[in-house]
Amino acid sequence: MNDLLVEFLTETGENLAVLDVELVQFEQDPHAPGLLSNIFRLVHTIKGTCGFLGLPRLEKVAHAGENVLGKFRDGDLVVTPPAISLILKAIDVIKMILGSLEATGAEPEGDDSALIAALDDAAAGKFQATAVAPLAAATVAELPEDVVEHDLVDHAPSQVPATTPVASSAVTATAAPPEGAHREAPVSHQSIRVTVDLLENLMTTVSELVLTRNQLLQIARGQKETEFAAPLQRLNQVVSELQEGVMKTRMQPIGNAWAKLPRIIRDLSLELNKKIELDMRGAETELDRQVLELVKDPLTHMVRNSADHGIEMPEDRLRAGKRETGRVLLNAYHQGGHIIIEIGDDGRGLNLDRIKAKAIQNGLATEAEIAALTDMQIQQYIFRAGFSTAEAVTSVSGRGVGMDVVKTNIEKIGGTVELKSIEGVGSTFTIKIPLTLAIVSALIVEVGGERYAVPQTSVVELVRATESGRSEHRIERVKETPVLRLRDRLLPLVVLEDLLQLERAPGVSASDERFVVVTQVGSQAFGMIVDRVFDTEEIVVKPVSPLVRHVPIFSGNTILGDGSVIMILDPNGIAQSIGEVVVSAAVSQQDTKQKSAEGPDLTTLLVFRAGGDGPKAVPLSLIARLEEFEQDKIEFANGQKVIQYRGTLMPLISFSGGDSLVKGDRQPALVFAENERVMGLLVDEIVDIVETELHVRLESDAPGMIGTAIVAGQATDLIDAGYFLKQAFPNWFDGPNKQSFESETSSSKRVLVVDDSAFFRNLLAPLLQVAGYEVTTASSAPEALALRDDGDNFDVIVSDIEMPGMSGFDFAANVKSDTRWQQIPVVALSSHAQPADIERATTSGFDGFVVKFDRAALLTKLLEALSDPRRAA
Amino acid sequence: MSGNSLTVAGSRSVAVLAAEQEKRDFVTMVIAGQMFGIPVLRVQDVLRSAKIARIPLVSPWIAGALNLRGRIVTAIDMRRRLGLPPRDGGASMSIVVQHGDELYSLVVDEVGEVLSFPVTSIAPNPPTLDVSWRGFAEGVIRLESQLLVIVDIDGLFERAEAV
Repeated sequence: MNDLLVEFLTETGENLAVLDVELVQFEQDPHAPGLLSNIFRLVHTIKGTCGFLGLPRLEKVAHAGENVLGKFRDGDLVVTPPAISLILKAIDVIKMILGSLEATGAEPEGDDSALIAALDDAAAGKFQATAVAPLAAATVAELPEDVVEHDLVDHAPSQVPATTPVASSAVTATAAPPEGAHREAPVSHQSIRVTVDLLENLMTTVSELVLTRNQLLQIARGQKETEFAAPLQRLNQVVSELQEGVMKTRMQPIGNAWAKLPRIIRDLSLELNKKIELDMRGAETELDRQVLELVKDPLTHMVRNSADHGIEMPEDRLRAGKRETGRVLLNAYHQGGHIIIEIGDDGRGLNLDRIKAKAIQNGLATEAEIAALTDMQIQQYIFRAGFSTAEAVTSVSGRGVGMDVVKTNIEKIGGTVELKSIEGVGSTFTIKIPLTLAIVSALIVEVGGERYAVPQTSVVELVRATESGRSEHRIERVKETPVLRLRDRLLPLVVLEDLLQLERAPGVSASDERFVVVTQVGSQAFGMIVDRVFDTEEIVVKPVSPLVRHVPIFSGNTILGDGSVIMILDPNGIAQSIGEVVVSAAVSQQDTKQKSAEGPDLTTLLVFRAGGDGPKAVPLSLIARLEEFEQDKIEFANGQKVIQYRGTLMPLISFSGGDSLVKGDRQPALVFAENERVMGLLVDEIVDIVETELHVRLESDAPGMIGTAIVAGQATDLIDAGYFLKQAFPNWFDGPNKQSFESETSSSKRVLVVDDSAFFRNLLAPLLQVAGYEVTTASSAPEALALRDDGDNFDVIVSDIEMPGMSGFDFAANVKSDTRWQQIPVVALSSHAQPADIERATTSGFDGFVVKFDRAALLTKLLEALSDPRRAA
Repeated sequence: MSGNSLTVAGSRSVAVLAAEQEKRDFVTMVIAGQMFGIPVLRVQDVLRSAKIARIPLVSPWIAGALNLRGRIVTAIDMRRRLGLPPRDGGASMSIVVQHGDELYSLVVDEVGEVLSFPVTSIAPNPPTLDVSWRGFAEGVIRLESQLLVIVDIDGLFERAEAV
């Protein structure tokens, strides 16, 4: 392809983009000074050059378009949407031909006579209202024909066509002109054309220069005064300036990505019969060319969504008391090292019910789960893969490409997407992206003998830890997942060596010492285990090869100062890879079967020492926090030990009774909490967290003990947390203080425990297990009923009464009214024990009633219920 | 041309002669004893052994990445790519080619000379050719003692997606 043609293609391509924008502006404001002449000039130039280059097809189309424009200019023709649509169509055909030219070097075969005829007709004042439609199948409103003819008959060139046709036509798209773009034709800066490749190379070279400068500075820092110091300073300055300058060449105004939008909105409003206004602010805000490319499509997608799904039909808007014309707002500005782009509309907002229904329909959540979410959390479902509430896939959106792709693409470049939506009022998406991707600060780490880079912005903290406990922080294991106890929470850890499937080089002994890089993705914090940590370096991010792009863990690669190539890790990608495992390991559900699953029942126990030599244990899930209190902070009130804890006064109970405190100043404690009540159990030493099958071998009558089990090879006493809780708050369970209980070995009857409080579920489960039952738990009545749908069967059901959503009363009624579980005795558990409550329970279908928390009574009731299988409802 | 048609012994026309004399140049290489050729215009560079950094979690025939004068180039282990056994020691060489916008370094046993062959000597793939090579083998040239397989670079990467 010869140079002339290339030049023509580039320049015409740019001109066509400008024409798109200006034609839409012209349509709204035919009187805008200079606009029409500019449009005319552009089309005229295209026509002329086509002729010169011997492109007949293009020339014909351009010529026909020019005719119509000429009529506008001379005042012979009224500016109407159909006329503009025709011209836009001509522009599209020209684009298509150009595309073909670029690809093959020749004009494509084709016949534009229909279009040309329509254009010629338009120039002559004849309009076929339906014949030539704009791009999409639109319902072009009937032009008030009399108005058109009236103007023609008048034929006064100086008479500017009345603006009424434009306003009165039923389908009007008004787009507020983008700020600044309304001004006259491009100001003639002194500018030259440079190929993108050249700029890229320049950028790369300057980046290398920056890195070398950094190296030199590093070396210089280590030296005493040398004669290199001064020139190096100067070099430093110069390189910084150079870097800044080159970065600037990469910066482009975001308006470039918005250029097509006015046209899109215009076509959309015609197609959908809506009135939509596009308000673009901050078009001059600059961002890196690379980032711009990546953000273009997501932006277009979201704007289309707003127009298609957000803005209501004009009648609906009026009815809702809104302006007839809907508004789509684009707003861009800089903030910190980021660019913020807001895309908002004043339409109907996200329909929560539709989202809920769709989520359930697509199997993304159960009804029970949805019921527990806030509105904001429900809205987040639109970001899930495969989610589209569009009833039908229109040609506009709802193609299923979806917001999940948008979010992923934006997160890939280190950005975030946030959503704010109010039903009936509108929605706003806020995108935040780093200004440039080119040079970032990164922490260099070593995993499995190889080095990797972690972007400094993702690193929250660095912690040194060991597995054996020799250092301050210990890596512990919960359900095979390593975790780190960091201040007051348990942080899930990722073993990078495993994730990257690296093998330790033979001969390298595994040192006990590890480093944990703490990072945060969204609201989820986790840590990455690495072997060594080096420096933080400024690195130039280079995209990975297409062959590697499918690996989400890498966000790029780079060349270090010593010339070696290393991969850059992406915490987002790593979080994805480990899935939604272990979110809050500390408060994870105890592993009594939630659903009938195979495998041994494992319970996680916290092992500690207190009051005596043997180890003691308590289910970890009962514990809110592990703390260490300073002795001198422990005070006495009302004869009880207390401490000021997180704004309240927390009672402290010594395990062994009495006032004995551990030697030394720090007193370990297990903190239990439920709702407002907190209580600390003072122990001698916190030993370990162990996951094990819980088999209580020796039951115990001693107060505060359930029995003894073998944990990690040692006979360990399982304590009765309830006993200690009641010591702190006698009315913790709102029930009488019973301590003894009968142990009964039934032949593994299956009991279903339904209670919304995790605390109680975890309290009841081991007790019932010890009593010999096989325990399944459900956190709500709907969840329990779902088990029924699954075909699960039980021998007895214990249910709380006070539960959100479906209450225990309704649950019992439901159970009794359905044949599947009708025969199963249902026992109520409640903190209220008035006769009225008991009566209501019985009427609802409960076979028994036990007060929370009367262990003995519960066990007795269960036995009663089980020994009398045939119970009348 | 005017009436005089130029004929040469054997009465073959100019056109045929010209075709016979049209030559193609190939950079030759050896992988596991088999000779291959890449059209010379596709070859950017030839390297002696370079330090290749491993890339985890990718197909085994991606050897890793290397630094070529400031550009990151993906290294392809040609033995693996062709389904041949790994090398038994010895240094390798690489041929750097361009595919799409990226540079790739094909790691081979040896790189030979640039050889020139008439177009007519290029024969279609023999039926005995390894089935998995058909995706990128563009033909063969019969040399004195062996066959040289012509490599289609684009085919090497296109089919690679599926490997």
